[in-house]
Amino acid sequence: MKHTAKKMLSFVIVLTLVVSLCSVFALADEGDAFKIGGTGPLTGGAAIYGLAAERGAQIAVDEINAEGGIQFELKYEDDTHDAEKAVNAYNALKDWGMQLSLGSVTSAPANATSAENFNDRIFALTPSASAPTVIDGKDNVFQMCFLDYPTQGGASAQYISSMGLAEKVGIIWKNDEDYSTGLRNSFVDTAAELGLEIVAETTFAAGNDTDFSVQLTEMQNAGADLVFLPMYYQPASLILSQAAAMGYAPKWFGVDGMDGILTMEGFDPAMAEGVMLLTPFNADSDDPATKAFVEKYQELYDETPNQFAADAYDCIYAYKQALEAAGATPDMTNEELNDLMIEQFTTMTFDGLTGTGMTWDASGAVSKGAHGCVIENGVYVGLD
Amino acid sequence: MTFLNYLLSGISLGSIYAIIALGYTMVYGIAKMLNFAHGDVIMVGAYICFFAVSRYHMPPVVGVLAAMAVCTVLGIVVERLAYKPLRAAPSLAVLITAIGVSYFLQNGAQLLWTPNPKVFSSVVGTGRLALFGGQLTVSYVTITTIASCIVIMIALTLFTGRTKMGKAMRACSEDKGAAQLMGINVNSTISVTFAIGSALAAVAGVLLCSAYPTLVPTTGSMPGIKAFTAAVFGGIGSIPGAFVGGLLLGVIEIFAKAYISTQLSDAVVFAVLIVVLLVKPAGLLGKKVSEKV
Amino acid sequence: MKNKTLNRNARKNFATYGLVIAAYAVLQTMTVTGSITSSLKGMLVPICAYVIMAVSLNLTVGVLGELSLGHAGFMSVGAFTGVTAAMALQNVVPYPALRLLIGIMVGSVFAAVAGVLIGIPVLRLKGDYLAIVTLAFGEIIKSIVNNLYVGVDGHGLHLSLLTNKLALAEGGKIIINGPMGITTIEKLSTFTAGFLLVMLTLFIVFNLVNSRSGRAIMAIRDNRIAAESVGVNVVKYRLMAFVTSAALAGAAGTLFAMNYSTIIANKFDFNTSILVLVFVVLGGLGNMLGSIIAAAALTILPEALRQFADYRMLIYAIVLILVMLITNNPVLKGYVDIVKGKLTGRAKKTDGPAPEGGAGNGK
Repeated sequence: MKHTAKKMLSFVIVLTLVVSLCSVFALADEGDAFKIGGTGPLTGGAAIYGLAAERGAQIAVDEINAEGGIQFELKYEDDTHDAEKAVNAYNALKDWGMQLSLGSVTSAPANATSAENFNDRIFALTPSASAPTVIDGKDNVFQMCFLDYPTQGGASAQYISSMGLAEKVGIIWKNDEDYSTGLRNSFVDTAAELGLEIVAETTFAAGNDTDFSVQLTEMQNAGADLVFLPMYYQPASLILSQAAAMGYAPKWFGVDGMDGILTMEGFDPAMAEGVMLLTPFNADSDDPATKAFVEKYQELYDETPNQFAADAYDCIYAYKQALEAAGATPDMTNEELNDLMIEQFTTMTFDGLTGTGMTWDASGAVSKGAHGCVIENGVYVGLD
Repeated sequence: MTFLNYLLSGISLGSIYAIIALGYTMVYGIAKMLNFAHGDVIMVGAYICFFAVSRYHMPPVVGVLAAMAVCTVLGIVVERLAYKPLRAAPSLAVLITAIGVSYFLQNGAQLLWTPNPKVFSSVVGTGRLALFGGQLTVSYVTITTIASCIVIMIALTLFTGRTKMGKAMRACSEDKGAAQLMGINVNSTISVTFAIGSALAAVAGVLLCSAYPTLVPTTGSMPGIKAFTAAVFGGIGSIPGAFVGGLLLGVIEIFAKAYISTQLSDAVVFAVLIVVLLVKPAGLLGKKVSEKV
Repeated sequence: MKNKTLNRNARKNFATYGLVIAAYAVLQTMTVTGSITSSLKGMLVPICAYVIMAVSLNLTVGVLGELSLGHAGFMSVGAFTGVTAAMALQNVVPYPALRLLIGIMVGSVFAAVAGVLIGIPVLRLKGDYLAIVTLAFGEIIKSIVNNLYVGVDGHGLHLSLLTNKLALAEGGKIIINGPMGITTIEKLSTFTAGFLLVMLTLFIVFNLVNSRSGRAIMAIRDNRIAAESVGVNVVKYRLMAFVTSAALAGAAGTLFAMNYSTIIANKFDFNTSILVLVFVVLGGLGNMLGSIIAAAALTILPEALRQFADYRMLIYAIVLILVMLITNNPVLKGYVDIVKGKLTGRAKKTDGPAPEGGAGNGK
């Protein structure tokens, strides 16, 4: 065994060395483009979010580079939705010469990389990591998405209450996910203030997210006439189909992570009929910029972009606007760019696919409106 | 009535675990290896059926048969390429290879079929039976799952008990050397076992995704681990054991969610498993092998 | 003969220490002179943590001879208790290095306690049944930590299970926030701390293995009944190996967690246990040097494969399968030997490997 182990190890080591040597030669040139790097899950269970962000950002970069003005070089590294790998990916980007960062796509890795961004003074604008801890106490980390904690969950409760949508509300949430827990907490807090009655609350977690019969039975027994689903669309689609199989049909209220449910291959839109959600981005919108983006995305990747793609696309354009306004040049160091960007982002107003008149406060949180939508006959219809 | 509803959900979930566990147990019984890639074969089966039915609009039966055929071939190929060369190697080496195969299948599926979730349309439709004036509802998927599970269990028991191949399998599982001396082709017997196990995985994949329709490249991994637990629970290597273990695991999981805590249900399931193994160290129906001195 | 075996073991152990020290010296020089890439620099502490994990699991799998599929559970216990201790003492103990040390000690003590609690029932079982029960305990630990809320205020620590209602006094802060884990960790771990902990781990493991107790443990592994019949206390020695392994994993957990600003319970899942098991099997059962090299190489490998982008993990899987086939299949091994013989030529004869000894258990 000792013998074989040695041989095997020499094999692995040689292989590792060869591969790392190759990567040394692959090192990029010093160009006159701003180097923007981001980490996201490009493989594994959460790959759909990372790939969407990478693709959305790439489309924006290609458009901007084609115009001939300011030039960008974009690189996404895989973090497999894991904090440790995200720091590795971040360091790889640093070796590549990253000047501006797109942070991480998902919240748990973003918590780790944003601390690195802060220490290294590399400005970060994350497309979609929405946990408050991502930006908390870091002056150079900004978000493009809603800060879910105070904004979205509360806004949903307010919307339900002011529209008189329901008497009895139930909540199913994913208790091992920042995103879902944050939304649920702010929803519950606001609901208590508004006197909205929550009759049942139940959770699920990763690894236990296929069978929802118990959670749905609980909702049904408690007589919930509206169920709030603060989660991404994948578990939501399972909940909707299992509720349909049970014959349970309350009103459903989703969040921005629900966007994408209609584009799942094989999904029966009838299942989502009447689902309401607050979302900053809507792929079926008539807005010309959104239309152009969606068409481009479909042409390149043969699927409809979700909000992660749109957020990342907006990030690149926000960078463009800020860099132009600041008169920044690609030969600046990351420290110089960092200070310029903090100054720009706290003062500028940005119009993008995911909202108009967006502004950022010094904490790094974005302020933008959410549209209430309802799914009717397989398309989003604005609610007002 | 709520209790009965929960019980039914539990049995339905448990039947799926049981079918997966049957595949695990057969392979373990004969090759004495924990095939961690089994869960990913389930995922492949579900994808094949999905493409046949949803994309190429074939009838569901054809989809299921296609999934079984592809998985059978996949099982045999994997066995030939990755496991057969290690027949004489320590069992841990085979275990790590199986993990490598599992990573390979998951990442391959992601590259081939993208990580975007697909919605599987149930092969038996989405209808349901309402009993006791609608108080108890049973979906067709549940009925099909439970029925298939029972049919498969009986068929496997008959197969291993009555046919020549089945007897060869049992002989191999008892003592490979002696089986070889009796003229049994051990290699081909193991290949047949993998083929059957993988075909079962395809059926399990189709049923799993009919009941819980979201299909992603990691769909098989968690049910795989749970079914592995179920197989050990019932006594690994034992066909009725896998059946009983799977059913119980499903029921315990649903009851733990319903009556204890949705947050801690996994902890409860595993705690029950530990207690059972402490009382019956070889699983519920496992054979107690006395130590040779 | 016995003397010779011991000498060879001692030589091998010193070689292991030497390699670790040399690696540390080289990497530390590179860090000081700034010739190290950020990527490699960022991996130094996790590599140390994985090395400790691999060596400690090798104690269970290689030396004790029992398959454990829940080793990450002990890492989790160590990570969360150790970080909690270090954070709670932030205002009391002013020296970061001391806080780290306290954290690591607390982490390993709690992991050792978990090791005793789990070891007593688990070690009554055998083989795959034992393996599945360790898996079960790993999942239970994950599930509990995922629902654990811990806060600290002027009155001390507050604990709560399932709900985040901690009733903290003014100025209190939440440390473990259920599934969101700990998000404001002060990064105290350094490469030097990691190196020292690796050396300490090796010292403990080598001394245990080469002691009377170690021989008893290996005797139980090789033949439990024979060992029992000559009066070896089976339960005691099995538990000793298992708990030592757990305590070391706990220390590794604290070291690992304090290298990142955030840590969540789901990090220490079944996949992490399997990852460490892969290090152990690849490095060779009972072969600590092998574990160290395998842990380092396999932590670097996915990073070195980054240029393959989306195909990265697929290639990793293929490499894993090929390595297992090459090292364990007699035919393929033969080819490798021929190639290797041609390449190394005479060099092989001078330092040719000694015949298999006690340490290299091939099972």
